[in-house]
Amino acid sequence: MLGKLTLSAIPYDVPILVGTFIGAAIAGLAVVGLITYYGKWGYLWREWLTSVDHKRIGVMYIVVALVALFRGFADAIMMRSQLALAYAGNPGYLPPHHYDQIFSAHGTIMIFFMAMAFMQGLMNIVVPLQIGARDVAFPFVNTLSFWMTTISFLLVNVSLFIGEFSQCGWLAYPPLSEQQFSPGVGVDYYIWAVQLSGVGTLLTGVNFFTTIVKMRAPGMTYMRMPVFTWTIFCTTVLIMVAFPILTVAIALLGLDRYLGMHFFTNDGGGNQMLYLSLIWGWGHPEVYILVLPAFGAFSEITQTFSRKPLFGYKTMVYATASIMVLSLLVWAHHFFTMGAGPNVNTFFGIMTMVIAVPTGVKIFNWLFTMYKGRVEFHATMYWVIGFMITFSIGGMTGVMLAIPAADFVLHNSLFVIAHFHNVIIGGVYFGYVAAMNFWFPKAFGFKMNEAWGKRAFWFWLVGFYFAFMPIYVVGFEGMTRRMNHYDNPEWHPWLLISAFGAALIALGVVCQLTQIYVSIRDRNLAENRDLTGDPWNARTLEWSTSSPPPFYNFAIVPTVHELDAFAHDKEAGIDTRKVGGDYKPIHMPKNTACGFLIGAFSFVLGFGAIWYIWWLAAVGLIGIIATVIARSADNDVDYYVPVSEIVRIEQEHSRNLMAAQAAE
Amino acid sequence: MADHVSSSGESHGSVGSYLTGFVLAVILTVAAFGIVMSHAMSPSGTVGAIALLAVIQIVVHLVYFLHMNGSSAQRWNVMAFVFTVLSVIVLVAGTIFIMHDTSINMMSR
Repeated sequence: MLGKLTLSAIPYDVPILVGTFIGAAIAGLAVVGLITYYGKWGYLWREWLTSVDHKRIGVMYIVVALVALFRGFADAIMMRSQLALAYAGNPGYLPPHHYDQIFSAHGTIMIFFMAMAFMQGLMNIVVPLQIGARDVAFPFVNTLSFWMTTISFLLVNVSLFIGEFSQCGWLAYPPLSEQQFSPGVGVDYYIWAVQLSGVGTLLTGVNFFTTIVKMRAPGMTYMRMPVFTWTIFCTTVLIMVAFPILTVAIALLGLDRYLGMHFFTNDGGGNQMLYLSLIWGWGHPEVYILVLPAFGAFSEITQTFSRKPLFGYKTMVYATASIMVLSLLVWAHHFFTMGAGPNVNTFFGIMTMVIAVPTGVKIFNWLFTMYKGRVEFHATMYWVIGFMITFSIGGMTGVMLAIPAADFVLHNSLFVIAHFHNVIIGGVYFGYVAAMNFWFPKAFGFKMNEAWGKRAFWFWLVGFYFAFMPIYVVGFEGMTRRMNHYDNPEWHPWLLISAFGAALIALGVVCQLTQIYVSIRDRNLAENRDLTGDPWNARTLEWSTSSPPPFYNFAIVPTVHELDAFAHDKEAGIDTRKVGGDYKPIHMPKNTACGFLIGAFSFVLGFGAIWYIWWLAAVGLIGIIATVIARSADNDVDYYVPVSEIVRIEQEHSRNLMAAQAAE
Repeated sequence: MADHVSSSGESHGSVGSYLTGFVLAVILTVAAFGIVMSHAMSPSGTVGAIALLAVIQIVVHLVYFLHMNGSSAQRWNVMAFVFTVLSVIVLVAGTIFIMHDTSINMMSR
């Protein structure tokens, strides 16, 4: 009846997990209690959970990403403190069984649910506004994508309290991840979480690709698209190319585990090396899926706060496009030591070094944008400059690892860990935080607190160097990754410094949470309100509408005359929001609960399949199919906003604007 | 969101074209199973034959079920398709390259 699920699957004898559960339960009850106390369930359901508005979906994505950051960072703190303690006979406080789950969960969560969710949140908030569209191409698919990602993250967290998580690292290499060596449910949690969230990501890719191709404002040719939109465009192409590979690789692993097949097993004709080739065929494009949008955000921020157009827009576009293509040609550098020999390693090593060229072009473009600009040292610019320095160092260690001979010495050591944290924290994370600070007023109508933003930056930057430079050193000294305890006295001081760095980063996270709190608390102060919709004097279309934008984004779809459309309009004195325009009824999608329902049934399907509760899995699957059929048969999915409603909203906006100008 | 709720523009095929596609797909599938089950060819010949049938199967699906053709309205479809084919070739050829060299060096076959 309950498959593999028994009472012994609940880890009530592990104090850390019991404490975590109690903490999570108290926090959850507090949130539920507050929502009930203020009577907000109906509002939450109608305006957010069932919303198809890309701006609200974007905000919800980022909320999920911040929760995932918190979870993933808690794992990181535990790993660093374990390695600071577990030295010379001291076993530390995390037994290997638990420790292995923690590093697997850390990687899985940070990539799939922190970075991917953050990136999709940013593209949701920004891209339709930036291209002058009123929504995405497929609004229902958008809410479905969000819920697939969210329930997958929930599934990973359920593994904390029911059963266990994978102990095979964030990519679950076979044969360790096969039934023979991992008979528990951990790898099954991993498989279902990654597969279900992959559905959501792939749909987002299709959705935004279509949106950018089909729904740009009149006059916005490809070479007039803002750089952030260009990077998202290339990212969606990479998503559509790469994610099916991940789906196939994980599906084959699932077939091995569930149906006893032999794709990657040791016996029966399986070949685990094929898994490495497949998973990295997805995995390398994936890192560019994550970092390209960050590059786009840096470009927008740099040009805005340097008060001049981006240096070398065209080279930036070509560099982005060449990175998109080259990123598909480098995957074997993740397994130089597998034994493919000099032919393969030479090819992939050279391709890897080549990809550093367009990335270098971008760095120089940002530097030349700042050169002779009137650089305003706003908190977002701190992240940009911190990124340029940190990412350059990370890029150089990457080129070191691209040399196959060097990789034979460094592979599987902590040097690799230091390298990819160097580029992912320094590139991806700094980029997303800068983007969040930059576009926050657009989403909410008030600015984020700058002082706390700068404090967060300094703790993150200094903490990063303290945490990961020692990791490079112990990597050189031969310490391998995923090690639970060690005896080498030379490593110990470095790992203590690294734990200190992690503590500094923890303060950075605290500063970021404080920043969010203080920003919300002070949202009505005059200097924080954004009534004009253009708080930074920026250049692209999303700033031409109010903050937060009306649900239809633009009362009149703007016409684009050149690159940086809004800057052009401001220089030419064109006011696209002048009251009394020639309004027409606006065609908009209706909210729907179908995305939420399909997500909920997918969760049931995943949970049933993980525990071999087949009737429950069948309920989930039938629920998904029934919801899809019901949604397809429903023709009442859209409506027209009447002109009177548009006039009312636009007049209210201009009244607010005039009041603000009078107050100055 | 798109201006039209109902589908528009492109042809979505007729009963006849769907039937043609279906019959072709069935023939190709049965042929693949037949070759494997009858042991009519050598092992390497079998692999080659079913790979060839699979590629033809893909083309049949694209033409009859996904309605691809060379008309100008399909420019984006065709461009996306060419890019897809290119990236599939990169991945397949790259994987064969890697696995072939690995097999030689590691004696995994």
